[in-house]
Amino acid sequence: MKKLLLAAAVSALATGAAFADTVRMGTEGAYPPYNFINDKGEVDGFERELGDEICKRAALDCTWVINEWDSIIPNLVSGNYDTIIAGMSVTAERDEVIDFTNEYIPASPSGYVGLADSSVDASKGIIAAQTNTIQAGYVATSGATLVEFATADETIAAVKNGEADAVLADKDFLAPIVAESNGMLAFVSDDVAIGGGVAMGMRESDTELKAKMNAAIDAMKADGTLNTMLSKWFKENTPQW
Amino acid sequence: MFEYCADPRNLEGLTWLSCYLTTPKHASMYYSILTVLALLLTVVPPILFLGFAGALARRSKIAPIRWFGLGYTSIVRGVPDLVFFLFFPIALDQGVEYIRHKIKCSHVLEPVYQGNEFVVCQAAKMPLGASDQVYHEVWGFMLAVITFAIVFGAFTANTLHGALNAVPKGQLETARAFGMSERQTFWRVHMPQMWVYALPGLSNLWMILIKATPLLFLLGVKDIVYWARELGSMKTQVYAYAHADWRIWYFGALLVFYLFLTWISQRSFDRIFTHASRGMAVAS
Repeated sequence: MKKLLLAAAVSALATGAAFADTVRMGTEGAYPPYNFINDKGEVDGFERELGDEICKRAALDCTWVINEWDSIIPNLVSGNYDTIIAGMSVTAERDEVIDFTNEYIPASPSGYVGLADSSVDASKGIIAAQTNTIQAGYVATSGATLVEFATADETIAAVKNGEADAVLADKDFLAPIVAESNGMLAFVSDDVAIGGGVAMGMRESDTELKAKMNAAIDAMKADGTLNTMLSKWFKENTPQW
Repeated sequence: MFEYCADPRNLEGLTWLSCYLTTPKHASMYYSILTVLALLLTVVPPILFLGFAGALARRSKIAPIRWFGLGYTSIVRGVPDLVFFLFFPIALDQGVEYIRHKIKCSHVLEPVYQGNEFVVCQAAKMPLGASDQVYHEVWGFMLAVITFAIVFGAFTANTLHGALNAVPKGQLETARAFGMSERQTFWRVHMPQMWVYALPGLSNLWMILIKATPLLFLLGVKDIVYWARELGSMKTQVYAYAHADWRIWYFGALLVFYLFLTWISQRSFDRIFTHASRGMAVAS
């Protein structure tokens, strides 16, 4: 029996070699509507739909991998998966470590959300942000006190329980939360524009795969499918291509 | 799962809850309980093996073996767990892939380490990129078992070493006076009496091991704490089952689960202790 199981395992590993073009798509799975795990336990969201379409156009066989945000770049670089598709904005610091494909979401504003009845001075108060995000970097230099959390969900919880005065995050992430908070939360300060658009992260050595992804993204921009997806998953005022 | 769950937005109360708690996502959490239990059961034999090997190595008459035993227990016990858990599985994983790369892809001329990147050929991936996510999790699980075994093996070695020393010399001398050989003395007198001194320390280690299982997530295996946080976090209307921040309930359930596990463990240890101290004058 043991030998049989072993043989089955070995053959399963061996047959896998036939499809060399499997691309492992790394995502966070905790940043709706960009990417999240739906109630079926599968990766869902804008980036799931986008990624599947890109893979279809580039004739790649894609599987989805969940990895926590904080270690998402190190695990790409050490080869646990082949792309990061997790609402990651292009920044100069990240570009030194990894490569980015062409952007698939145009640069979009970030917003401050706090309790609806509070007045928040975004340059002085205690501002929550997710670790290693462009928003966390922005808060750190804005003069406000930064409190960091591992997941975006915890930043919202910090505002609700009073630990932070406001949270700074992508407006597209915050908008549905504010809308469904029954008036508890509101945008409390002016929007800020930080960083560039959102793109897929790749290893610098994966130039061939990057070219395929770029071709697919460009084609989707050209024929309007990308805009359709953007308006399906995000509110109407999201910038389009 | 149930047929009436087709459209969860129209459900209320207990019906909603019964659908909510049986989603495939929740099934993943229930399944992860088994992962945690499987890990606990799988690591015990290698931990005890390494523990005994380490303890015996430290008592060896041959100096290099003794130094090796001392080095193993001192170094592993000295390095912070988290550092060990971050470093060792990655090193092991990359080591395996590096060797496979050298064997299977000798024609690839580019270096494996390119700047900060670790690039091996597709055929050297462990497991292969194309294989099912299950194999990736099994591989992560195996890395976890090896890492847990090495870390907890060092602590166990130290506990067993101390316990072996704690057995009164008079007992061993008496055994020899009865004409027992070294081997007989060890197996018939030394070992059986050692347990009484080792068990309190071992039960501590077991409790720490139970609480250390969430480190699994560092190794890519989704464990019960990951699922509790993921399922408990606030869900907007994007999800089929929207709800507020329910983490307190999920973590409450975790608390009950871990308390139950430690309670059962403590009861088992009490029984083993009673069994081990039969006829012993020291522990009444």
